[in-house]
Amino acid sequence: MRKIGILLSLIVGMLGGCTPPAKEAPAEPKAEAPSADQAPAAAAKKDDTGPIKVGILHSLSSTMAISETSLKDVALMTIEEINESGGVLGRKLEPVVVDPASNWPLFAEKARELLQKEQVAVTFGCWTSVSRKSVLPVFEELNGLLFYPVQYEGEESSYNVFYTGAAPNQQAIPAVEYLMGADGGNAKRFVLLGTDYVYPRTTNKILRHFLHSKGITDDDIMEEYTPFGHADYQTIIAKIKKFAEGKRTAVVSTINGDSNVPFYKELGNQGLKAEDIPVVAFSVGEEELRGVDAKPLVGHLAAWNYFQSIDSPLNTGFIAKWKAYVKKANLPDGDKRVTNDPMEATYIGIHMWKQAVIQAGSFNVDAVRQAVAGQVFKAPSGFEIKMDERNHHLHKPVLIGEIQADGQFKIVWKTEGPIRAMPWSPFVPESAKKIADWTFPWVCGNCTQAKYGSLAMK
Amino acid sequence: MAALRRWFLLTGLLWVLWPAAYGAAQSLQALSAQLGTPDRQTQQNAIIALGMRSEPAALKVLAALEAGKLRVSTSGQVLIMGSDRKLRDAFSGSAVTPQGALSEPLVTNAIRRAVTLSVSQLQLRSNDLELRRAAAKVLAGGAPAEMEPAMRKTLAGERDPTVRKLLRLSLAQLDLTSEDARRRVGAVKVMNELGDPGLKPLLARLLEKKSDGSYLEPDAEVRAEAGAAVTSLERKELVFRVVRDLFYGLSLGSVLLLAALGLAITFGLMGVINMAHGEMLMLGAYSTFVVQNLFQRFAPGAIDYYLVAAVPVAFTTCLLVGMLLERTVIRFLYGRPLETLLATWGISLVLIQVVRLVFGAANVTVANPSWLSGNYELMPDVVLPYSRLATILFVAVIVAFVWYVLNRTTVGLQVRAITQNRRMARCVGIRTARVDMLTFGLGSAVAGLGGVALSQLGNVGPELGQGYIVDSFMVVVVGGVGNLFGTLYAAVGLGAINKLLEPVAGAVLGKIFVLGFIIMFIQRRPQGLFALKGRAAES
Repeated sequence: MRKIGILLSLIVGMLGGCTPPAKEAPAEPKAEAPSADQAPAAAAKKDDTGPIKVGILHSLSSTMAISETSLKDVALMTIEEINESGGVLGRKLEPVVVDPASNWPLFAEKARELLQKEQVAVTFGCWTSVSRKSVLPVFEELNGLLFYPVQYEGEESSYNVFYTGAAPNQQAIPAVEYLMGADGGNAKRFVLLGTDYVYPRTTNKILRHFLHSKGITDDDIMEEYTPFGHADYQTIIAKIKKFAEGKRTAVVSTINGDSNVPFYKELGNQGLKAEDIPVVAFSVGEEELRGVDAKPLVGHLAAWNYFQSIDSPLNTGFIAKWKAYVKKANLPDGDKRVTNDPMEATYIGIHMWKQAVIQAGSFNVDAVRQAVAGQVFKAPSGFEIKMDERNHHLHKPVLIGEIQADGQFKIVWKTEGPIRAMPWSPFVPESAKKIADWTFPWVCGNCTQAKYGSLAMK
Repeated sequence: MAALRRWFLLTGLLWVLWPAAYGAAQSLQALSAQLGTPDRQTQQNAIIALGMRSEPAALKVLAALEAGKLRVSTSGQVLIMGSDRKLRDAFSGSAVTPQGALSEPLVTNAIRRAVTLSVSQLQLRSNDLELRRAAAKVLAGGAPAEMEPAMRKTLAGERDPTVRKLLRLSLAQLDLTSEDARRRVGAVKVMNELGDPGLKPLLARLLEKKSDGSYLEPDAEVRAEAGAAVTSLERKELVFRVVRDLFYGLSLGSVLLLAALGLAITFGLMGVINMAHGEMLMLGAYSTFVVQNLFQRFAPGAIDYYLVAAVPVAFTTCLLVGMLLERTVIRFLYGRPLETLLATWGISLVLIQVVRLVFGAANVTVANPSWLSGNYELMPDVVLPYSRLATILFVAVIVAFVWYVLNRTTVGLQVRAITQNRRMARCVGIRTARVDMLTFGLGSAVAGLGGVALSQLGNVGPELGQGYIVDSFMVVVVGGVGNLFGTLYAAVGLGAINKLLEPVAGAVLGKIFVLGFIIMFIQRRPQGLFALKGRAAES
């Protein structure tokens, strides 16, 4: 019997360490070569006309593979597209794909590998906020350039990162405002429901401050968290029903990943209809709905900056390009593949980088960074998207879509044009004073005073 | 002269009636045309007004609006798009060409709610009792004040007690805001008598005080009644809550049991630390997916019954895979738990990767058949989804089946004999190798059945099994290794504890508490709930 106990602890240990250990040795012998030898080689290569390396850092296995694989695919598609039109500055792009396997420390290792060993000019990657926080010190230390394509909780701005996903004021806040308006059903009570990690907790903190500013008290806000992979939502849905008695209620869901399926199934089974208690989700898009029977979900909402159903010639072209690429590359699930918001953000990011390189006339990180600020790109969403001159975030339109029976979204509300990102939320007292501004005299991502203010005075 | 007078009367009547009838039709048309305006308030008012009309066309227009088939042209035509995508006039039904630009009314949740109310109001006049009941139920959730006269009229003519009860409740909620204190008292009494706990906040609001210290409700009698009603509703609520939590516990317990039952055989009876158990669940779920797709392609008419066909398919698939594994890998490792652990873990990784290569890394859709969607309302607030009820029933059948196999068949007798004393069993002529193979196959097959049920509740993806393996081992160990009924009690018990803790502690803490509880339990009682003498106990 005692043996079984030992074995069980072994089992648990193994499950915990299911993902490969972080210190997975890079197998190629090349890695053995001292970096001193490489530096001159790289310097000699500078005037070369050979291909330039571009890093792609997305999980291709384990939990996040479901979402991140299509970002890798769309990045490869975009790079191919650029190469076919002649490359950048006369040089072809050579994608270097690595797999950090949904393992947060491994993200940092792989980022280091991309920057030091592969000497990539730029990296496109990461999905979860944990992975971004993990690679951040590496990119800052080695002065790399990262394009991050997913909506996130804000409260960050790095000199070495460009954020092409939405900040809270480009997704969460407008969505809640919509629910409070007549079209959204005049909600007076809010359930903030999420998976238990940094993104939902920070977003909900911001939302709570925002709701306070709109006169909604804590009595009318319910905050609930579930573990990753939670599959039994009976109690929570009963609780939501109870909470919804007496006042119009809406649910703001930051549930991430797989758990959404049992959540929405339970919602349908317990007879909670969108017209009674609408659920607006921030992490559910076309790709996530591919694994769900969407019929019971009709009318529930999602807020994004792009939907596949956007009716614009640019989007039609984007989708056609994607479908053709899927077919050509013979990707799994073939014609069932969809486009979604982070894919569009990846596409925008790569093109903006290309434009910036051409403007700078160089692949040098410092030069390109200066040039990326202020770049403008006609995005598939049909809007002209601009990279903010100061805070490294995109100006994006906000769209709210209703889930349709076929897993696509019908757009029920949108902003008139792109809105500027506010990485530091004005609703949270401690971040309201902070400013992200990478132009002189600020040159800082989280300052309350200009870093070189005294210089500017003279 | 009389004839002349009659003629005058008739024409006079016509003169009076005709414009009235014409005007009604006209305004139904005009009203429907208002659905096309971009102004949400006008749109909603038009929907509520349509709900008061007696013409059957009103219902047709509302239904078309909800289905997204309604179009309104700038010239005021109201058109409905048929299934052939042709536009027809909503009132005459004839195909017409639209004049002016067409607009499609935007259907948001607010609009959908108004439509549901209006449609219910119209369906109160239906001859179908079920429709009337469903309609009254919607209205009992709160109806707009405009509908009050119509509802009173319906109530006067209604015979069915259920519909009457629901209508009275709906009217009572409207009466609560009446100027007349006596009507308010009456309303509170009705709500106390017939209401469910959902009405409590409405009544509790009557007892609240304004900022200046005076009550929101000026009348003392109304307040006294409301106080009594709140207490009685609270008592009702408590009963409902206990019943509900017990059901949730049973339901979670049945899921745990589904996941663990196969393991109770392979690990419990045979002593194989079977890390590939979760993957058998996964294979069962994927078998369901494959059967669903086959039905979609070859028998779309019978798609609702694919689940029935999936049961034997999953059973057989996992039986074969299980027996194959036993023959090729596991039989060489009996008595070497550590190697078994590593080998089966390896197998589980192989199976996951195989499924990933065949079906892709993304989750696949397994739709609930229509007879499993929906719910049964036992009491107000106690909603039992059919899928959960079916799971409980299904797991009961599997337990009965496994019990029968183990206790009433020759193979079962042999399995039990081997569990207790392998050498002795072999001495009396039992072919232990064959029985081992069958037992492992049975355990895997039962896991496959679990997979069929799990596919209805959660995700189906290559990593499905990983999420259940820890829970499965937990249940089997707590129940006592080697004891089927121990597993049953442990599953239901853990489910109930989890569900009783969750409302208090939240999902994250609740789970932590349960794990903590199990650690302490195993410390005190390492042999589990029910200890068994035999091979498992000896090791």
